Amino acid sequence: MEKHTAATIAFDEEREARFQRTLRAYPEKGAALLPALWLAQEQFGSLSDDVLAYVASRLECAPVKAFAVAEFYTMYKRERVGRFHLQLCRNLTCSLMGSEKLRAFIENAVGIQPGGRTPDGLFSLELVECLGSCGTAPVLRVNDTYFENITIERMKAILENCRKGTLPDPESL
Amino acid sequence: MKIISANFEKKDSHTLAVYEAGGGYAAARKALSMGGGAVVEEVKKSGLRGRGGAGFPAGVKWGFVPKGVDQPVYLCVNADEGEPGTFKDRHIMEKDPHRLIEGIIIASYAVGIHTAFIYVRGEYVFQIARTQRAVDEAYAKGYLGPDVMGSGFALDVVIHRGAGAYICGEETGLIESIEGKKGQPRPKPPFPAVVGLFRCPTVVNNVETISALPFIINEGAEKYASLGTPKSTGTMLFSVSGMVEKPGVYEQEFGVNFWEFLEKRAGGVKGGRALKAVVPGGSSSPILTADEARSATLDYESLAEKGSMLGSGAIIVYSEDVCLVRALAVITRFYAHESCGQCPPCREGTYWLHRIVKRIETGAGTMSDLDLILRVCGNMRGTTVCVLSDACAMPVESYVRKFRSEFEEHITRGGCRFPAETG
Repeated sequence: MEKHTAATIAFDEEREARFQRTLRAYPEKGAALLPALWLAQEQFGSLSDDVLAYVASRLECAPVKAFAVAEFYTMYKRERVGRFHLQLCRNLTCSLMGSEKLRAFIENAVGIQPGGRTPDGLFSLELVECLGSCGTAPVLRVNDTYFENITIERMKAILENCRKGTLPDPESL
Repeated sequence: MKIISANFEKKDSHTLAVYEAGGGYAAARKALSMGGGAVVEEVKKSGLRGRGGAGFPAGVKWGFVPKGVDQPVYLCVNADEGEPGTFKDRHIMEKDPHRLIEGIIIASYAVGIHTAFIYVRGEYVFQIARTQRAVDEAYAKGYLGPDVMGSGFALDVVIHRGAGAYICGEETGLIESIEGKKGQPRPKPPFPAVVGLFRCPTVVNNVETISALPFIINEGAEKYASLGTPKSTGTMLFSVSGMVEKPGVYEQEFGVNFWEFLEKRAGGVKGGRALKAVVPGGSSSPILTADEARSATLDYESLAEKGSMLGSGAIIVYSEDVCLVRALAVITRFYAHESCGQCPPCREGTYWLHRIVKRIETGAGTMSDLDLILRVCGNMRGTTVCVLSDACAMPVESYVRKFRSEFEEHITRGGCRFPAETG
């Protein structure tokens, strides 16, 4: 992806249309900040200072407001994550059901610690709080997809597929 | 008795066609012909209580919205579902989003609301897409929009995606978040019913609460109130997880014996192991010993009597081989991570509780740590803007008081004797 600078940052056509629809959904412009940050993250991959300044300018709010919100919510990423962002739940039920072991396995298999990203940009790892999937624990979320009832075997299959460049269908594993 | 989950097993249950084939949207039509006041009365009579955790009567909450104000009134549907152990609302959005939308029409009409926001946690991308598709279907059919079902009543529904913050499940944190801010709760009063979203009167209800409305309107308040117990009417979706044979979401009429429910519906403790303890209502609820769980019934009163709470109906089962010190280290880490930081007793208290519990778990604790924990908890109760601080202190106190010997053993042994994993 090309590097964006403050001068060249702008929503593409599709996201501009969605941004305009979002503005119409809220009675106050500032309320569109969370959806606008989602759009920006989707398009630019992360929320750099320049991207935040752009979003703030579109909503006519101070850049510091966009900065504070982006820092408050864990799903907004100030740094780029990997092409496959591995989010392993470490909360109560998942930890009872073996998420610690899975964490060690991933760290070893991919060679990164939580918060890290592989040098080739393929994987990043994040330990996350309860994903609302406790009945099918332990759970791993990769990008936007939930993989439930994870075992070491299933984890191997997921990583193998990702290395080939595709996120597997959870049903197929 | 299945009310909320009646359609869960049906093929394509998330579509408008299947929902309508099962009688869907008849309740909205009926409500629109009843008049708003009559709908509110019916819901009050049903005894329906909020399913998000607090258990406050829904109809009474609606009644707090001032009449005749020259401002819009908003509905916020709380689908943040962040309480550890809870995974029920996602099933409603996945499998029966039209029941939720029909409930939104009923609640909005009753209170005089023309814009409803559904606040869904950011991770639920699939559930957001499902619910958005259902909203689109409802607009196309004229069930939402400027003239709902030809009644002249206007209603818009907007889905607002969260971005990863437990505190946004707290109703004023949720409101701040929709307004485009950090989800830091507001002092109450004023309550949202008076000054809420965009400084206007606002009703905040959980997904499951709203989804009970079509049944109440169709079948009548009396029918609903005849289910369960006098003070816990109807049914609830229980999220069962942990060391149990058949984890999952089970809809259950209130009032059954806790242990019988676990045995009959969820297959009992995993691998036939002995039960050590149960978390009855999400990680914020005080823990119940095995004996307490055996004598409790599943309803608001019985769990309150045992010094705990029904909360969000998230039951986490601990078998004999689960280390409760480690479990508490996970819980305290979570609250320390999720404290929004505006109130010092919570920001500092959650952090220190985690540090102390963690050092006991790793074998570096001292006996005086146990009383220190209880003293810190005491300073965290009722001293902050919202209840996150209490939600951390309550379970911590209960684990240390009820299972003190397990903590003492970690301290004297200098570590843990339980297996590293149990699942």
